[in-house]
Amino acid sequence: MTKVTMTVNGRSVSGDVEDRTLLVDFLRSSLGLTGTHVGCDTSQCGACVVHVDGRAVKSCTMLAVQAAGADVTTIEGIGTPDALHPVQEAFREHHALQCGFCTPGMIMATVDLIARKGTDLDEATVRHELDGNICRCTGYHNIVKAVLSAAEKMGGAKVAAE
Amino acid sequence: MGMEGIGAPVKRKEDRRFITGRGRYTDDIALKDTTFAWFVRSPHAHARIRSIDTSAARAAPGVIDVLTGADLAGDKIGGLICGWMIHSKDGSPMKAGAHPAIAAEVVKHVGDQVAVVIAETRNQARDAAELVEVDYEPLPAIVDPAKSCDAGAPQVHPEAPGNLIYNWGLGDEAAADAALARAARIVKLDVRNNRLVPNAIEPRSAIGSYDPAEEHYTLYNTSQNPHVARLVLSAFVGVAPEHKLRVIAPDVGGGFGSKIFIYPEETVCLWASRRIGGRPVKWTADRSESFLVDAHGRDHVTHAELAFDADNRILGLKVHTIANIGAYMSTFSSSVPTYLYATLLSGQYDIPAIYAEVDAVYTHTAPVDAYRGAGRPEATYVVERLMETAARELGVDPAELRRKNFIRAFPHQTPVIMAYDAGDYEASLDAALKIADYAGFAARKAEARARGKLRGIGFSCYIEACGIAPSQAVGSLGAGVGLWESAEVRVNPVGTVEVLTGCHSHGQGHETTYAQLVNERLGIPIDQISIVHGDTDKVQFGMGTYGSRSGAVGMSAVLKALEKVEAKARKIAAHLMEASEADIVIEGGELKVAGTDKTLPFFQVALAAYTAHNLPAGMEPGLKEGAFYDPTNFTFPAGTYICEVEVDPDTGKTEVCSFVAVDDFGKIINPMIVEGQVHGGVTQGLGQAMLENCVYDMETGQLLTGSFMDYAMPRASDVPSYNVTTTETVCPGNPLGMKGCGEAGAIGSPPALINAITDAIGNNDLSMPATPEAVWRACRAVA
Repeated sequence: MTKVTMTVNGRSVSGDVEDRTLLVDFLRSSLGLTGTHVGCDTSQCGACVVHVDGRAVKSCTMLAVQAAGADVTTIEGIGTPDALHPVQEAFREHHALQCGFCTPGMIMATVDLIARKGTDLDEATVRHELDGNICRCTGYHNIVKAVLSAAEKMGGAKVAAE
Repeated sequence: MGMEGIGAPVKRKEDRRFITGRGRYTDDIALKDTTFAWFVRSPHAHARIRSIDTSAARAAPGVIDVLTGADLAGDKIGGLICGWMIHSKDGSPMKAGAHPAIAAEVVKHVGDQVAVVIAETRNQARDAAELVEVDYEPLPAIVDPAKSCDAGAPQVHPEAPGNLIYNWGLGDEAAADAALARAARIVKLDVRNNRLVPNAIEPRSAIGSYDPAEEHYTLYNTSQNPHVARLVLSAFVGVAPEHKLRVIAPDVGGGFGSKIFIYPEETVCLWASRRIGGRPVKWTADRSESFLVDAHGRDHVTHAELAFDADNRILGLKVHTIANIGAYMSTFSSSVPTYLYATLLSGQYDIPAIYAEVDAVYTHTAPVDAYRGAGRPEATYVVERLMETAARELGVDPAELRRKNFIRAFPHQTPVIMAYDAGDYEASLDAALKIADYAGFAARKAEARARGKLRGIGFSCYIEACGIAPSQAVGSLGAGVGLWESAEVRVNPVGTVEVLTGCHSHGQGHETTYAQLVNERLGIPIDQISIVHGDTDKVQFGMGTYGSRSGAVGMSAVLKALEKVEAKARKIAAHLMEASEADIVIEGGELKVAGTDKTLPFFQVALAAYTAHNLPAGMEPGLKEGAFYDPTNFTFPAGTYICEVEVDPDTGKTEVCSFVAVDDFGKIINPMIVEGQVHGGVTQGLGQAMLENCVYDMETGQLLTGSFMDYAMPRASDVPSYNVTTTETVCPGNPLGMKGCGEAGAIGSPPALINAITDAIGNNDLSMPATPEAVWRACRAVA
């Protein structure tokens, strides 16, 4: 067992993990942050996407010990039911989720996508960028709408702030 | 239409927990002292188990117990069942082989479970499973369903000689033969409906927990129908008595049919918890296991012949299908290629004579059962590829050939059981032609050709049967259960409402749509209405969610219960306001005396019902009513899908340029949710048609497509945005006029895409999935 310490959603946390423990298992089992999901075992589905030091990472593909000292943000850390992140709000507004299982990963990937690519997005870019996240329910139609809408709103908010 | 009532695109109530990571799925549940199960699975498609040595596994760190099929048999735990009896043409009952939850003597597909390790952690269970020594005697396997009944083929079950489960027929063979004999033109087609893996993104999971003090069992399970699971696990498998078993299906991350069935793993988790003294036993599939052991879908091999007269009217249809059932008969597997398939072979067309014959066969592959659409996609694929092929062979417009043969008068009795109650197929076709700009297609095709691309257009005028189903009718066809639904409406003393339904939501949005129905009737805001489902201790017996039944059947039950609540509330209000009961109307959350200014808020009536200080003489206190609703017929959603593609002949790559869906779902509760169902269904259909294919090695029975690296799931860049709209004919079969929308997209879309590609490339010889390689080869074959 190895003791790891990291910051998760702004809080310093630590725990004893096996060397082979995946970051997602540490988040889910040790910290009880079950919003991050596991949908596959080949890093394909993206249900487990979190942010590590500001970048989107598939937490099933990273060891907990690799995240030692890192700043990790999960779906529980970007907004609350009473104060939603603009991407969360857009997913609700545009019916971009059905069963909800892929949703946390989709939202975390989207937040990262907008941070990387900016708020001036087109449909082709969004579809290409979301290729690492599989949704079986929505057919992506409304997810794409939600991502474009969130980006536009966040861009507008940025312009207004400036 | 109110802001939150029927027809309003209300945002979903359930979303807030899902978008903030606060959903509660089975694997999220951490019971005290939980242990973890890992299954030892067969690496062989077919082998005799000579011996199993568990001693090294038992000695491994953290291991609590290792259990085998012998232990299971010793505890007299029964096998899993198929709940729909099919009789062969000769009258003999289907030949179902044994299906133990853990194989004791012979393994019959790769992934078949032979032992289970229970340990303190998941990793410890997984490590110890590697130490279980199973001595196998490998046996030859049969994988190809088309060869399964050949002489000398390896046998799957001794109960089913020649691997034939049933040879079933529907319709009038002599009439179909006569139609073919007098036809001016016969269109023939051989099609394969490719095998699919459902792949809900939440893998299956189960937690079994036994309380020795109460001799009571609890199962948390990724289930679409927890009461059915409880019934089967108690009455047939015999793991626990029904009154001592609680099944909870919490948030469930997609089902698509695959979570209807009662599987070995949940059986074992319940049993193992008792064996180890009551600590909870948890199992969650990893995706590789899902590929190996979740029930797969489709897998038909079909030959069909469609007869036309000289005026291009259909005279008859004859179909022969081989349906692969896999190695075991899953819960509803027998019904899929029979009553959910052949009964839809009339499509939207007036066909005087139809005969279908189906051979259901065993192979050494994972079980095959209902997957989104279940039988109806297979039927639609046969009919709609035949129609497109016929149009090409007859040299007529594919839309007009369909139009010419549409059923126009309702009710319409088909030759294959179904009595279509209502529809307007021409309305959907015309709307779709307009939206797709069919008139402009030739110009688009020419423009594409100038760019070196092959542009094609394909149609699919599908029909399906859902709202499953009238109990007496399905009972007469072999169903082991009734397919009614139940509901209870509980009005609390403060006037808030709880609706308990036997249906289960795993993405469909019932927490919103059911509340919309209550809002429509009582005028109460939807945030004062809770929908309770998925827990057999809370909810009265119900049949669950599949077959697009939660609206037409489930909500009809809610409506019946609501009507009883309303009747009692009117009586109380009339008494309190000293008015005639007949004059009381319920409107906007109030009970009013028509034609006066007398009014009582609904909550005051509710409170009066519970204080019971001043009720009409003889009335029982309280305001809570239950109802069971048994439908009178299936419902028949139908529509037209038009797909337009461009193929690059040099690479075989297909781009879906546009996809138009016009569906008639009858009355719609929430158009936003309905459109979402169509988007998802169409994407699954396009996935089947151009990407997804479950492949086993034909010699060894090894699963070659066992992960998302090998099995091509549709991703965002594979599909376009859709053009979705609806037409409406009210369904006369249920009080809300609804038909159901959950499966249509997956049913209607595959032939639309294949018809479009074959139109583009000028070669009709193309199978699903139309991968770039397959399309490229088909292009080359006619070049």
